[in-house]
Amino acid sequence: MVDAATLHGAGPGPALTIDQTVRIGRLTLRNAVMPASGTFAETLAGIVPFEQLGALVTKTVTPQLRGGNPTPRVCEVGQGMLNAIGIPSKGLDHFVAETLPLYRGVPTPLVASVSALSADAFADAVRRLDVPGVAAIEANISCPNIEEDGKAFAMDPRPTALVVEKMRRATSLPLWVKLSPNTGDVASVARAAEAAGADALVVANTILAMSIDIETFRPRLGNVMGGLSGPAVKPIVVRMVYQCARAVDIPVIGCGGIATAADAVEYMLAGAAAVQVGTATFVRPTAMLTVIDGLVDYCRRKGFARVADLTGAIHDADLTVDTHEAAS
Amino acid sequence: MGQTISFQPVRHGAAAQAGGAPAAGPQGPGPGPAQQSAAMPHAPSLPAAPHVADVLGVVVSHVWLNDEYRHLVLEAPEPAPLAQAGQFFNLECPHTAEDKPFLRRPMSLYRADPAYGRVEFLYKVTGVGTRALASIKVGRTMRLLGPLGVGFSIPETAKDIVVLGRGVGLATLAPLAEMAAARGIGVTAILSARSAAMVMSVERFAAIGARIRVVLDTDGSSDPVNVEMLLRDAAAGGRADAFYTCGSNRLMLLMQRIGRELAIPGEVALEQQMACGLGMCFCCVRNFSVDGAVEARRVCTEGPVFPLDEAMPW
Repeated sequence: MVDAATLHGAGPGPALTIDQTVRIGRLTLRNAVMPASGTFAETLAGIVPFEQLGALVTKTVTPQLRGGNPTPRVCEVGQGMLNAIGIPSKGLDHFVAETLPLYRGVPTPLVASVSALSADAFADAVRRLDVPGVAAIEANISCPNIEEDGKAFAMDPRPTALVVEKMRRATSLPLWVKLSPNTGDVASVARAAEAAGADALVVANTILAMSIDIETFRPRLGNVMGGLSGPAVKPIVVRMVYQCARAVDIPVIGCGGIATAADAVEYMLAGAAAVQVGTATFVRPTAMLTVIDGLVDYCRRKGFARVADLTGAIHDADLTVDTHEAAS
Repeated sequence: MGQTISFQPVRHGAAAQAGGAPAAGPQGPGPGPAQQSAAMPHAPSLPAAPHVADVLGVVVSHVWLNDEYRHLVLEAPEPAPLAQAGQFFNLECPHTAEDKPFLRRPMSLYRADPAYGRVEFLYKVTGVGTRALASIKVGRTMRLLGPLGVGFSIPETAKDIVVLGRGVGLATLAPLAEMAAARGIGVTAILSARSAAMVMSVERFAAIGARIRVVLDTDGSSDPVNVEMLLRDAAAGGRADAFYTCGSNRLMLLMQRIGRELAIPGEVALEQQMACGLGMCFCCVRNFSVDGAVEARRVCTEGPVFPLDEAMPW
């Protein structure tokens, strides 16, 4: 470790060059920061230079046209928000024909987020996304809105294994699997996804939640229930990233309430190889750029030559985790 | 489509100033009209990505206009003061001891002044966000993302227009009236409010020589039957080449019905709960009736100004 004082000593000495690249399976990313699915679109191009991001993650596309949920689709709750958008999608054909070409020439890996209603439909969708311009697939097997009461594949290891196996056979592209926090045993779901052939895990989607307007007695979302995101979820998802990173050997990408570089560092110390910034972009559209710069500053301050060295750097060897607490 | 993303978006000011539909037309998907020529041969800017930035504004004035409405004036760098009538900004509201709005608040433009580098908003204090916004003092800074969305357009052939607004919706229509006047187009302004104290912006409409009709709940003149008569009078007098409305579901339906009957084109400025303001989250959709089918559109990106004929009641 380099002493912080030497790095920030007086005078304009040469700044320590920090290696920002991270590896997610066989993909090498420019840096560890990318958008979370559903919080990014080509309209951000005028505000965030896409070539400065580690990867681009598209809004989830479904095989067919989907309309989405009734409004209100969003409400704020303390330091976070609930959403029940319902994955409106123009369908896979539209995505391949109209959306993908927009990113032609953008020198940043494009990750296509996909969701479907059955394991076979997932496999078919993944097969159709194996086209030039798609660098990796992010399988959204965790969206809590898509089925009755938020039930999703990623709630249990067995359906997770089934859907990931089928997708694995359908594509040779890197396959990222986005897990749900709405499960009692995320580590087992993570192991199931790894065993079935996932190249990386994204941990996690939004937390199933609800809010009621006490003046009108009405649910504050048209869909009644929705997903909680933002700073409010961070400690919960940091815990899940920690559990998953200990349970699997594939990279874990942290996603949940990251708004600052400090948040990203915390996720990486817990075991994340990269991070996704989502809700924060709604509040501050340039949040991802702030996180990228802040990670470099942090590494300088703490004497890390590589951002990737932060992954799993938590000092916890002298501590024991109460497994009852951790598994409950 | 053959377009790619430009990192150096082309200013869309020229297109918007032309007064016709801005480059980002609301008329849905499909290959749009001929693309604007772009600075970079292989990277034309997306039609839906005009010049937008998240800038830091300084409050230069912030006063109560009556018990409910406040007028906020910010000095802000470009592109903010280039905003056009009907466009909006996503404002980062301050936090107070009581109110800590998490999301930004979309607010339509009240006035933009490129010469003085100013943007103005007129808003009603109603909830967490606007209460917190009301606390900001002169000299303080706040972030504003914009200008966002598709503004009003006036048909090339229009010589006289009618604007019909209620409540805070009047604020959205004031810059439209000024845009019309700047092009030598006459304006009839029907201003609806609960009481005389709640009529916003009369002086703005008066300054451009608009024919002003104030209608109030207190004397019953805001009744739709009376407003309908005023609309028909304007049409009969040849002063209604286009209709514009904002701020009332009831008045929107009325203007829509008369517009259909008399074949007068129109536009309506709508609002909806929003998160990103940039078309990414799909929170702010509203339904529209298009050729008999219901179509969901994002207020932030396809709007907030929409064809009056396609609007559906809320």
